[in-house]
Amino acid sequence: MIQESLSFHVNEEGYYGDFGGAFIPEMLYPNVEELRQNYLKIMSDPAFQAEFHALLKDYVGRPTPLFKAERLSAKYGTNIYLKREDLCHTGAHKVNNTIGQILVAKRLGKHKIVAETGAGQHGVATATVCALMGMECIVYMGAIDIERQAPNVARMRMLGAEVVAAKSGSQTLKDATNEAMRHWINHPVDTHYIIGSVVGPHPYPDMVAKFQSVISEEIKVQLMEKEGRDYPDYVIACVGGGSNAAGAFYHYLDEPRTALIAAEAAGQGVSTGHSAATTFLGKPGVLHGSKSLLMQTEDGQVIEPYSISAGLDYPGIGPMHAHLATSGRAKFYDITDEEALEGAVECSRLEGIIPALESAHAFAVLGKLGAGADEVVVINLSGRGDKDLATYQKRLKLND
Amino acid sequence: MTKMNRITEVFQSAQGPILNVYTTAGYPGFGDTMEVLEALQEGGVDIIEIGMPYSDPVADGETIQQSNQSALDQGMTVAKLFDQLADMRSKIQVPVLLMGYINPVLQFGVERFCQKCNEVGVDGLILPDLPMAEYEREYKAIFERYGLFNIFLITPQTSDERIRQIDSVSEGFIYMVSSASTTGAKTGISSDQEAYFERIEGMDLKNPRLVGFGISDRASFLKASKGASGAIIGSAFVKLVGQAKDIRSEVVAFVKGIKGLA
Repeated sequence: MIQESLSFHVNEEGYYGDFGGAFIPEMLYPNVEELRQNYLKIMSDPAFQAEFHALLKDYVGRPTPLFKAERLSAKYGTNIYLKREDLCHTGAHKVNNTIGQILVAKRLGKHKIVAETGAGQHGVATATVCALMGMECIVYMGAIDIERQAPNVARMRMLGAEVVAAKSGSQTLKDATNEAMRHWINHPVDTHYIIGSVVGPHPYPDMVAKFQSVISEEIKVQLMEKEGRDYPDYVIACVGGGSNAAGAFYHYLDEPRTALIAAEAAGQGVSTGHSAATTFLGKPGVLHGSKSLLMQTEDGQVIEPYSISAGLDYPGIGPMHAHLATSGRAKFYDITDEEALEGAVECSRLEGIIPALESAHAFAVLGKLGAGADEVVVINLSGRGDKDLATYQKRLKLND
Repeated sequence: MTKMNRITEVFQSAQGPILNVYTTAGYPGFGDTMEVLEALQEGGVDIIEIGMPYSDPVADGETIQQSNQSALDQGMTVAKLFDQLADMRSKIQVPVLLMGYINPVLQFGVERFCQKCNEVGVDGLILPDLPMAEYEREYKAIFERYGLFNIFLITPQTSDERIRQIDSVSEGFIYMVSSASTTGAKTGISSDQEAYFERIEGMDLKNPRLVGFGISDRASFLKASKGASGAIIGSAFVKLVGQAKDIRSEVVAFVKGIKGLA
């Protein structure tokens, strides 16, 4: 049992089953190695824990509520709870990780931060903690994303960050990540790279998962109060790179009574050629420093994904999730743009909460799940929908 | 492995500093690969490094990225490169390295890839994102079976301890990255870098070193070569060949200029 339970966490060499590792050029080795040797030591230091949790409480606003969604529960004939990560400062779970990593960066003696961002949520969360700590902040963002996410670009600049357009390749999240890595190669001594998801070379996937694990740590306490047991029958989360899912799953990875449910962005459908559903379309490969499932050509070139949601628009997936998918521990659903939009409308009209487009993919799973009347379902509501209003207006014809 | 690897031979017989030039496969035109190789050899290059284009080359700066993308847009693949190189050894006598990222190699199949390299006469590989530990655990035996040298990189930040580890698993030479940077990001060689070259020189490693990154002309080539057996030119060459009106004559003139044969 213990052996089995350990298998879903990272091993000593940075692998989750066949996935993970640190496939990085030598130029990044000293930085990544420094982080690998120190992250567990730093994170287990009581002074670090005290500072981290004080900021989560007073700055981020944790614990976030676990809300019983009565009308959704009635519609689906089960017991649905929403973990309200949308109520975190900056509007999504991303800040749990950026708070943690900037405290690690400080302890490593770094005073500049570089980050990548797709939709801009991680960029805003990074710019926020850099302002809080008085650190210089450079955020790489695909030139196309800069155009389509103008409000978040303005927020980052308002917070004092420098936003640099990634003009290589497809000019989206994948390329912003390449540029952030190149920036780190060119500035190895004074800079820390805050990766926004459970991707990248070991120890990033494990470190980010551990910072996000506060989500399931709180769910356990809150469910015990509300249901008299600390585990749900299902936890549902959307997965792009997979950081909110990693946080929501973390303390249930070894809990056999809890089914782990992941909603991936199918875009226009997995077989249309316009999709980001990596576990359905990917093969094992290496991108951004780790071995995982990857959407790629037969020649090993990375395929540009598509999703209505910029935060799920990524051709890879964190190595933990690749292992959860291939081992069957988690069940993955492919959710189309249309289904996600319906999920967003349903959550808005039944519960009075407008979810982010990413989180809306998780709601779209409810109709496929078949959860029973005695069962408990937790949906990780990873972010709020303000940033997606333009898309909602257009696709749902709200102004016609 | 009865015959000596061509790389070893070059380091043993070289009279002056060794010049290694990087060129992207299928660039500037899809069918130009062999033409560029022949011109490099005619100009007097000592080692040729052929870049296998990749969609996400994180260790490379803008110039090489763009050449990679251009080659991919023209349909370049690993399989097509091997087709282009099938008859290479009837014309090219200098050592040839393939440089690239690990993912296309994994998709091609590591064993099949090494077998093809051996078949067409490739002497070694540079795969910057293949970590040393992974190489030793999974790939070293395969590379050796096909007589391929795996070339590792070191940088100014690489610790002495790690440099010694790299030296012990390396064959052929060590690729000494001149500064903390991506390719083509910085030009020239500073006194700090010269001090770094001297420090490594003083370590008395078993492998010779070639300096890469930031070498663009004869002056920087000679300066870098003082602290090593020679140097590698990449971005500056890719820029030249990308703009060349007549590949043959311009490449020959470029190489002769660097080697001081003009």
